[in-house]
Amino acid sequence: MKLSQIIKSVFATTALLSSAAAVHAAEVEVLHYWTSGGEAKSVAELKKIMEAKGVTWKDFAVAGGAGENATTALKARVIAGSPPTAAQIKGPSIQEWGQEGVLANIDAAAIPGKWDSLLPKVVSNTMKYQGHYVAAPVNVHRVNWLWINPEVLKKSGAKAPTSWPEFFDAADKMQKAGFIAIAHGGQPWQDATVFETVALGVGGADFYNKALVKLDPATLTGPTMIKTFDTLGKIKGYIDKNAAGRDWNLATAMVINGKAGMQFMGDWAKGEFTAAGKLPGKDFLCVPAPGTDKSYTYNIDSIAMFKVKDPEQQKAQLTLATAIMSPEFQEIFNLNKGSIPVRSDVSRAKFDSCATKSMDDMASSNKAGTLEPSMAHGMAVNSAVQGAILDVVSKFMNSNMTSQAAVQALAKAAKTQ
Amino acid sequence: MSDHTLPYTAAAVGSPSHTPKQQGRIAAIADAWLPRLVLSPTIILSLVFVYGFIAVTAWLSLTNSRMLPNYEISGFNQYVELFALDRWWVAAANLGIFGGLFILFCLAIGLVMAILLDQKIRAEGALRAIYLYPMALSFIVTGAAWKWILNPGLGLEKMMHDWGFANFHFDWLVNSDFSIYTVVIAGVWQSSGFVMALFLAGLRGIDDSIIKAAMVDGASLPTIYRRIVIPALRPVFFSVLLVLAHIAIKSFDLVMALTAGGPGTSSDLPAIFMYQFSFSRGQLGLGAASAMMMLATVLAVLVPMMYLETKGARNGR
Repeated sequence: MKLSQIIKSVFATTALLSSAAAVHAAEVEVLHYWTSGGEAKSVAELKKIMEAKGVTWKDFAVAGGAGENATTALKARVIAGSPPTAAQIKGPSIQEWGQEGVLANIDAAAIPGKWDSLLPKVVSNTMKYQGHYVAAPVNVHRVNWLWINPEVLKKSGAKAPTSWPEFFDAADKMQKAGFIAIAHGGQPWQDATVFETVALGVGGADFYNKALVKLDPATLTGPTMIKTFDTLGKIKGYIDKNAAGRDWNLATAMVINGKAGMQFMGDWAKGEFTAAGKLPGKDFLCVPAPGTDKSYTYNIDSIAMFKVKDPEQQKAQLTLATAIMSPEFQEIFNLNKGSIPVRSDVSRAKFDSCATKSMDDMASSNKAGTLEPSMAHGMAVNSAVQGAILDVVSKFMNSNMTSQAAVQALAKAAKTQ
Repeated sequence: MSDHTLPYTAAAVGSPSHTPKQQGRIAAIADAWLPRLVLSPTIILSLVFVYGFIAVTAWLSLTNSRMLPNYEISGFNQYVELFALDRWWVAAANLGIFGGLFILFCLAIGLVMAILLDQKIRAEGALRAIYLYPMALSFIVTGAAWKWILNPGLGLEKMMHDWGFANFHFDWLVNSDFSIYTVVIAGVWQSSGFVMALFLAGLRGIDDSIIKAAMVDGASLPTIYRRIVIPALRPVFFSVLLVLAHIAIKSFDLVMALTAGGPGTSSDLPAIFMYQFSFSRGQLGLGAASAMMMLATVLAVLVPMMYLETKGARNGR
């Protein structure tokens, strides 16, 4: 084939492809990073629902942990001027993308769907940019859980703790009985998960909000924050030294097989327990972390919609948003993923005791005003500040830094632009 | 391209009706343009994708780019912020420790192994393969393997305890004060075989008669190596330094696999710093500034070295 022929055929193919895209206009391309077992199954459900409504689902899955790779892919697409129809973005990042002027208004799905009355206010605010819905919430994870192996508890003669003194008492007894008291993975985000849970438990929801959401300098350097770091420092002593760099699911495995007694982790840990054939309440316990039973730190996944020109695609976008919020999808998705639905009117019949406790606590903490966004999971502050705080916390966890030095570093980190 | 072959080929391709004079002109044009034509794609590709992107990065480092690039110049504030960050200085100091020790140990071990292998021993081929083989692994594999070997609860320390040496203690991997040295261990393990291969090739290139003459003069073997062989390896030293220095500065995958920059940020390197700030923390401007600092480091190390080397070559040393 001559060069000119090759060039011609390349152009022809490109033209064909672009016209093919124009023909199948009722199509959604969704960028997400749900690629692990249960997650992929959950996404397949959404795909099924969309295809039943006559919308083609074009999967754009980018593997990789906390979605860093997916975000990079998304940025490249947006800069190139061809964003996907929708993408998995959460927390303050929704506002950052909103400021770039690339998110689509989906009020046309949210207002008839009564999202305002279905969602807790703190949640719906995150989904809005300048008062208009731009994203649909998929699920709620509770972060401030403590996972306990009841077998270890019994063997060491301790009981499930509800306060910090009880917690350290139980940890001492477990250690004396030859167990690792606290299973932990020494990665920055895990360190931060424990840190924010301790802050919530030591200082309460108001303190948490002032310090880790509003980043108030006086609260960040105040005595309660020092006490938080003191407690965190004490917890450090119950973690085995091999924790550095350990993945969270390996730490969960230590609780599952009875090597360790307890773990601070969000409710995605439940997936590990149930995958190992364990039953909640019998083989493992989920209790709110000490001092946090009246409050709730959430991590909400959401799908944000991007501006598209084609009216058919805009329609498909609204269909997608409506489908995400539908009770059927919320039920099946969250059963697979281990989280709970964002709306409270979904049937509870199939959910386990940890999930129903999470639902109750979310409703009551929403009423009490103690429903707080998780800092460690990118719900409270933008990624730059979050990263700077994570640096401080992980340094504290891995060095002999004093609590006083830590609060000063924390206040400096909070000023990150 | 030689002048003798080209007219001939040009004539063969062109129609046979051309006069010899015309053929000569076409050949001259082809002679002038063909090399440029052939080289231009690669030159353009490197201009755009290496130097062009360096220029874009330099530009970005002067802006307030956050999540997406923003091309409004705002001065040197990203550099000011970078130099105020503890974490950057940890990364820079780690690069100094890692780079220095990595190059030093690779050179020393590689040279010793090459000299030992050069003693006309049996099964040299097999030994060479054994030494060189780690280079065939990717740094990710090396990192993952050493992560298990050095983990006190899984690897070396546990093995020694199981063998009855209860006092054996080696927890550098999980100790923030020493974690960077584990990266040196894994890096040296991987790269010293390659350094050995380069040195061995250099040793084989040395004229035997010089060494024999020295032996006749009664020089001992260590003296021969110290005064004749190692000085003769100078160009090899230069190439090895060049390769090792840039492996050290761009080092990313090894640390990510071995310690992921941890515990905490104790084994952070500039490359990891740059990646995290640019891509996962939405501080593209700051990340670009750190990338420029890495480039400056490379230039600061390599430019004097290349200058010295070319000067040396010109003087016939």
